[in-house]
Amino acid sequence: MLQQKTNRKGAAGAVLGILALLLGVVLLENLSALIPGLPGVLQPTSQLFTVLKKGAVYALVVVSMNLLNGFTGLFSLGQAGFMLLGAYTYAIFTVPMDAKDQVYYLYGGSAVKFSLVDLFEGIFGTSGAGGGIALIFAVLTGLVLAGLVAALFAALIGLPVLRLKSDYLAIATLGFAEIIRAIFQWQTLGPITNGANMIKGFPTFADFNIKNSSGQVVLRLSTMVPFLVAAVCIALVVLLIRSSYGRAFKAIRDDEVAAEAMGISLFKHKMLSFVISSFFAGVGGGLFAMYVANAQAMVFTSTMTYEIMLIMVIGGIGSISGSVIGTFLYVACSEWWLRFLDAETYIGSFKVPLLRSGFRMVVFSVVIMIVVLFFSKGIMGEKELSWAMVRGFFQKLRPGKKAAPAEKKED
Amino acid sequence: MGEQTVLRMENVTMQFGGVVAVNDLSLEIPQGKIVALIGPNGAGKTTAFNCITGVYQPTNGRVEFMGKTMVCSHPTGKMKKSYLGSDRDKFQREPIMAPTPDHVAKLGIARTFQNIRLWKSMTVFENVLVAKHMRAKQNVFSAVTRLNAGEEERMRRETMELLEEQGLDQYADEIATSLPYGLQRRLEIARALATEPKLLLLDEPAAGMNPQETQALAEYIRQIRDKHDLTVFLIEHHMDLVMKISDYIYVIDFGSEIARGVPKNVQKNKRVIEAYLGVTENE
Repeated sequence: MLQQKTNRKGAAGAVLGILALLLGVVLLENLSALIPGLPGVLQPTSQLFTVLKKGAVYALVVVSMNLLNGFTGLFSLGQAGFMLLGAYTYAIFTVPMDAKDQVYYLYGGSAVKFSLVDLFEGIFGTSGAGGGIALIFAVLTGLVLAGLVAALFAALIGLPVLRLKSDYLAIATLGFAEIIRAIFQWQTLGPITNGANMIKGFPTFADFNIKNSSGQVVLRLSTMVPFLVAAVCIALVVLLIRSSYGRAFKAIRDDEVAAEAMGISLFKHKMLSFVISSFFAGVGGGLFAMYVANAQAMVFTSTMTYEIMLIMVIGGIGSISGSVIGTFLYVACSEWWLRFLDAETYIGSFKVPLLRSGFRMVVFSVVIMIVVLFFSKGIMGEKELSWAMVRGFFQKLRPGKKAAPAEKKED
Repeated sequence: MGEQTVLRMENVTMQFGGVVAVNDLSLEIPQGKIVALIGPNGAGKTTAFNCITGVYQPTNGRVEFMGKTMVCSHPTGKMKKSYLGSDRDKFQREPIMAPTPDHVAKLGIARTFQNIRLWKSMTVFENVLVAKHMRAKQNVFSAVTRLNAGEEERMRRETMELLEEQGLDQYADEIATSLPYGLQRRLEIARALATEPKLLLLDEPAAGMNPQETQALAEYIRQIRDKHDLTVFLIEHHMDLVMKISDYIYVIDFGSEIARGVPKNVQKNKRVIEAYLGVTENE
């Protein structure tokens, strides 16, 4: 107990775990190329990889929201706004120079006469390994910029907004997100934001697939990239939460008055949490733009914030592993597992009733209601996934054996 | 009182709307003493505490800590017209100083709460550890990258030492709010001590305790005073505790001071018996 929770051994284990996960993802994506004749699920075009990519992107955003709502107790609904800022920042700075005229054709070219892609290609070259390194640098710089811009806006609006409490803070941040969305669709800003039209042509996940000279894909890395970025960012959030500052955040969540009386500056720590959360939401926004291969303001509605909040609630407010597990379950459910409900199905000549386009969302809503009813604290509650919990779960499955104490407490 | 004065309240008045909760309260707390503030329910004792710790900005008056002005205020805005207290013009020319509670804590004033306010999701150990956060030399980058490992280790070691000293080490891993009431009070004091204060404000430390526990508490307060080189200012209802441990007592009723003095004299004071002791006997 005298030691910090993350000692050397734990840190090494975590790094190894992340590496194993990334390796697994790479293997999974390339399996169909190595072994022919695998089922369709493992083909690169399968929904599985869409789910994995979107899941990784959303997991980061949900974790960033959990840092604010679950660990600091600030009920903020601005996440989509910060994602929008991140997505646009990433898009604006990484569209290559020669693609700009085409993207911004309505406005006669872009006002931003600068592209990170061209900058780094100028340094490392465009072909072979040089081009790859240039791409990595351009994307990483773009994502960090995306986070920084979101964090900067958070710092600016945090000044007046963080004085508000609970519902009022939620309304103010929601308003901010809507205002940002309207501003980015404003025609006058067209040369920068392309108005209400989408920005595209910037590097996406697919650009990370390694191709040979004849243009065939040799090694698919498109799913690994969002996993890598999200894993690093989530690891940073975990490190923050387990540090002295994370404990101060929790103290503010549990009892503001006591926290302030013990010398924890409410404003400083709330601001810190808000800015850091927005930074990662911005990075998540950049990743989201890469995932959908375009940046368009009308996507980042309050519905998106609610979706993120819903995942956070399902996963468990105040649990990072819950957020991650919840995200993948949610995304898989909404994008993949329930797809069959949207297709008209015939068994012989009998048409299965109800199954038609849109029915998926009906079932999905019911599933969510059931989950919320039976797991009122979310899948994980406030606990984190640990080996003890996994062991306890399997012991519980076997009849006659008593569950480990860690599992007992959950009920 | 020849010793150095740790805290001095000068004509402090706190008015909420038309209600004067604390009226023209002046008091001095000398270094190393245990001073009590007593009075019947609703007399304004906790409000006086809140004026010191920055929870409220007093309507009028000044609070000095270690010889420096910490809080200073005079009626402004609407309050100029509706002010009912005295000494309206005394602080008119002085700049308003209203530090936030965390600032007051940094200066070296720690407090406990009348209704226990522990962080409920945290263990006993963590509750004390968080209070060490304020004085740690670190920033958010060193904390995330674990460059503050030495500082973190020091905080953890000192927390454990403090828990051992307070006899709470065996409960270190328990959730704070699962402890028995008396231990929760003790933990709140331990948490306050972790901020390394010069002055400790105790808001009804014996509330809800039985006579034996109260007895032990008196001894305990003396002990920590000596060990941590503290000055103690407390609000209390248990008269026997107050009479036993206080070096000096201030009595207030309806926000105004009605008596002051050493326990022997206060006990005999007619107004005190009328206003305070009489009420409790009837209950």
